[in-house]
Amino acid sequence: MTNQPDFDTRRRLLGLMAAGGAIAALPQGEPAAAQTTQTSARIVILGAGAAGTALANRLSNRLEGAEITIVDPRVRHLYQPGFTLIAAGLRPANYSVSTTAEWLPSGINWIEGSATSIDPEAQRVTTSTGDTLDYDYLVVATGLELHYEGIEGMSRDLIGQNGIGSVYAGPEEAEITWGLMDQFTDEGGAGLFTRPNTGMKCAGAPLKYTFLTDDYARRKGTRGQTEIIYCAHSGSLFGVPIVNEKVRMLYEDRGFETRYNRVMTAIDPSRKVATFSTENGGSEEIAFDFTNVIPPMRAPQVVRDSGLSWQTGASGEQGWIEVDQYTLRHARYDTVFAAGDVAGVPKGKTAASAKWQVPVVEDQLVAQIAGDTTDHIYNGYTSCPLITRVGRAMLIEFDYNNNLVPSFPGLIAPLEELWVSWLIKEIGLKATYNAMLRGRA
Amino acid sequence: MEDPTIGTFIAVFEEMFGGALFWGMVVLALLITAAYLYVLIRDRAVSWRKFLWAQLAMPIGAIAAVWFVLAITKSRLADIGGPIDLIIVLGIAALGAVGAAILVYTVQSLIKGKQTAE
Ligand SMILES: Cc1cc2nc3c(=O)[nH]c(=O)nc-3n(C[C@H](O)[C@H](O)[C@H](O)COP(=O)(O)OP(=O)(O)OC[C@H]3O[C@@H](n4cnc5c(N)ncnc54)[C@H](O)[C@@H]3O)c2cc1C
Repeated sequence: MTNQPDFDTRRRLLGLMAAGGAIAALPQGEPAAAQTTQTSARIVILGAGAAGTALANRLSNRLEGAEITIVDPRVRHLYQPGFTLIAAGLRPANYSVSTTAEWLPSGINWIEGSATSIDPEAQRVTTSTGDTLDYDYLVVATGLELHYEGIEGMSRDLIGQNGIGSVYAGPEEAEITWGLMDQFTDEGGAGLFTRPNTGMKCAGAPLKYTFLTDDYARRKGTRGQTEIIYCAHSGSLFGVPIVNEKVRMLYEDRGFETRYNRVMTAIDPSRKVATFSTENGGSEEIAFDFTNVIPPMRAPQVVRDSGLSWQTGASGEQGWIEVDQYTLRHARYDTVFAAGDVAGVPKGKTAASAKWQVPVVEDQLVAQIAGDTTDHIYNGYTSCPLITRVGRAMLIEFDYNNNLVPSFPGLIAPLEELWVSWLIKEIGLKATYNAMLRGRA
Repeated sequence: MEDPTIGTFIAVFEEMFGGALFWGMVVLALLITAAYLYVLIRDRAVSWRKFLWAQLAMPIGAIAAVWFVLAITKSRLADIGGPIDLIIVLGIAALGAVGAAILVYTVQSLIKGKQTAE
């Protein structure tokens, strides 16, 4: 067995860091486990985002002699939690941008291309650069695909026109969206906010942006002539019941008009009208002056074609990888793991979750290489500093069981709008994220 | 996971203020502290007259510290939402007050030199 601190201590510590409670505690220096394991295993990691980069750093510290290859075409590394701050005019677009290269450890091999096929039977990956990679262990960390075309009439190049914003698309688009939101809150009108009915990264982000728009309208004195409509994809606003109730209360307090069971299916930019499906198979048109389009999300094509996805249900349709939700090891191919957004687990599409998942994959993989086992598992930890206005947020942390797992119990109340929680998001989160990328948190 | 290290806190604070500002503030704080210790040792007594002026600087230091933190975090006093927020604000104010007192005391001592008349 690998040496583990007791689960509760680990949970608290990790939670602390994952939540960006970096001010209080954030381990740096040596990686989690100091002992190295000797191996000649060929390990391929697909994706050098939050999860892939952190894992590459941790594994290269942990394994001696391993041949580690990471595959990612993206030259820019994007700190995505920063998109919300950019789209609120609080940071410039380059706040979220660094380079992939600067975070990767030396001694591993980076293929600057995308994986074009994965064959888990033959244990082989091919890439757009023409490489064929035979692996002993594969970690899929490709993140997810923003499927804008899943909304009829929508595409990325519409962002910035006719009141159509999209915080998710990237740092530049987030900045463009800020321009639109700034103008909208100067003038007033109908603001339309939504979320897709697929698995999505940071399910709190659509809510945050609604709150932020409301806040700007209030500060500018235009809230009176502003209508804020929020279309929820289901009968609730947030997947964790206790959080949902709180958000419902806040939405009421802020005077948002919430429409449940509405999913955006089409958009007509010239008329500034979006079409929504309704619960009994009907549809409804809603006009907007400003909207934040959040597209349906799914696993990247290469993953959907690989046979690694769930075979039934919504997870199958969206292509999330069929892993054991605790060990993150593939259910059918025991040399394959998934980490980050692409993992088909019931919770956990946030960078904070990736921070918890990566050490689990690391320990599971290293134990497997050593012919050993470990009881280090992922409990579904997910965290989201839910901004409710500029200057306040709620530090929401939960697990698979929909239990709140606060990092600072008795000190920072998870369901209160607090300044300290805003500080954590505003200044603590990026430092913590960067430390995670380096494998130091 | 292991215990947080000094490096941890440094990384976080560099991120907060930017490297140059952070290290500038550290150097400044160290210089003022060193000067304060110097005048205490030199004078071998606390001058209560200087201390009175130092006390008068405390509210200003408190307000300046809180204003500074609010400005860099794009917040307002109205964002205080619960007891923990209040405790943090008071903590920042206390630090600012003590810092200002030490600064004023030290500056007086350095400028006026050792004074015997109390
Ligand atoms: C607007 C917004 C706000 C957010 N707010 C928060 C927040 O407050 N807190 C929080 O914890 N999280 C937040 N997140 C979520 C967080 O950013 C993601 O959960 C996290 O980045 C997931 O990490 P990942 O490694 O799985 O994917 P990513 O970081 O997206 O990286 C995936 C990588 O895989 C690469 N890739 C894709 N396809 C291939 C292929 N075929 N071959 C090779 N490489 C490939 C991509 O180029 C990319 O570099 C937010 C996200 C957004 C968009």
